Amino acid sequence: MWALRFVLSRRNRREVLVQLFVTGIKSLGVLSVVAAFIGMILALQTGLELRRYGQEVNIGTAVTVVMVREMGPFMTGLVIAASVGAAIAAQMATMTVSEEIAALEVMSIDPVRFLVMPRLAAMLVMMPLLTVYTNVLGVLGGAVVGKTQLGVALPAYFDNAIQFVRNKDLYVGLFKAMVFGVIIVTVACQQGFQASEGAVGVGVATRRTVVISFLTILAVGYMITRLFYT
Amino acid sequence: MNGEPAIRFERVGKRLGGRAVLDGVSFEVRRGEIFVIVGASGSGKSVTLKHMVRLLTPDEGRVWVGCDCISEARGGELARLRDRFGVLFQGAALLQWLTVYDNVALPLREKTTLSETEIEARVMAQLEALGVADAADRHPADLSGGMQKRVGLARAVILGPEIVLYDEPTSGLDPVTSRRIDDMILEMRERHGLTSVVVTHDLHSALAIGDRIALIDRGRLIEVRTPADFLRSDNEVVRAFLSAQYITRRGAWETEMGR
Ligand SMILES: Nc1ncnc2c1ncn2[C@@H]1O[C@H](COP(=O)(O)OP(=O)(O)OP(=O)(O)O)[C@@H](O)[C@H]1O
Ligand SMILES: [Mg+2]
Repeated sequence: MWALRFVLSRRNRREVLVQLFVTGIKSLGVLSVVAAFIGMILALQTGLELRRYGQEVNIGTAVTVVMVREMGPFMTGLVIAASVGAAIAAQMATMTVSEEIAALEVMSIDPVRFLVMPRLAAMLVMMPLLTVYTNVLGVLGGAVVGKTQLGVALPAYFDNAIQFVRNKDLYVGLFKAMVFGVIIVTVACQQGFQASEGAVGVGVATRRTVVISFLTILAVGYMITRLFYT
Repeated sequence: MNGEPAIRFERVGKRLGGRAVLDGVSFEVRRGEIFVIVGASGSGKSVTLKHMVRLLTPDEGRVWVGCDCISEARGGELARLRDRFGVLFQGAALLQWLTVYDNVALPLREKTTLSETEIEARVMAQLEALGVADAADRHPADLSGGMQKRVGLARAVILGPEIVLYDEPTSGLDPVTSRRIDDMILEMRERHGLTSVVVTHDLHSALAIGDRIALIDRGRLIEVRTPADFLRSDNEVVRAFLSAQYITRRGAWETEMGR
């Protein structure tokens, strides 16, 4: 695959490793909190409804399917857009404003190859991994709420969780995550390179990146769901 | 071929942000000379420089580098023309996340097939020559303005360009460091026979290092003169520009008049 080959090619390795670290590790804290709470909220909301029919054991399926199909990639996308995307935009904008991009151009070093590609490669590798991580934490969060609030035993919860999730759900979710990654890097770099002069330009580029990525992730997420599930 | 100017502007006009920032600018930079562009802040000096390496494309007119038209070049040809230049940007424009060493090594790593040992030899020699070898492992943000400019210059000349563009090499520096940078520009020329274009509003430097001086005022080229003729010019705009600096620079100036 292209992203993997780019990551492994010698010339780019160092920069890509840095980007993998920045993309993957630095947002892990926030992402963990968000993921666990999403799972807990899902479990609580569906569990309270299902309890009326004595079906609370099915929260396993409910939480897992919703996490894997939608909430996992979606929440990962939003958190990464707000943290990594904003950081990329700010960095690119600062480079534009301080003429570092111009300096690269004069040296005939293509800013897209030199700056965008390592970030894109890192994102394509990291988004699916982070999404799996979000899914796992979400499901665990659901399990904790199921056990403590709804009296669903852990084995029952996990049996139920695994029973109804299909491979397709996972693949589509991970595909979504990668698409979101492309969106985040593209928007951030494009806004960064367009930044107008001064520190104000950096702020504007950062804010626009977050807003535009959020909206695009929402719309594209919906379209992918429609494409695969109707 | 040798009679060919290094750079030629042919009635270049450019509008930015709805205003004409260059208006019918024509001049030639000769091979091997130090061509100085002076003018007030916002008069279009940096914009002129950016046209030389096609960071900006003229709306009207043409820019020639040797016998090639850089303002209409594209792709590989543009890259080849740009390879003839080294550019020292107004703010040095070093990549902040790389060390001084890596910044200067960058063009060698990206554009040559030299081994890491050869790269190290070249980079250290260049840093040594510009007196910033001690800073090799530091990041640009930790350096003083003068040091950043010297590192920027090291990066600009590491691939051995024919033409070096300096955007305000001495602005914001103390007089001693400024003179040292002037000496460096002269030395670069002596040692490598470079063509140099220097943008500055430091009149003292302009007179000290320039073979010819061009005054730009609000996007128009007023005059191109040797330093001695420039001082004697009767052109109103030149006189106004000179008198604005005369008061503070009288001492420095008179030594220049005597040269
Ligand atoms: N990208 C741009 N968009 C809009 N206007 C611009 C742009 N770049 C430059 N200008 C305008 O063009 C004019 C000339 O700018 P330039 O940077 O060449 O000035 P300068 O002579 O280098 O001044 P200084 O000595 O302050 O560096 C200025 O009025 C500036 O506001
Ligand atoms: Mg300028």
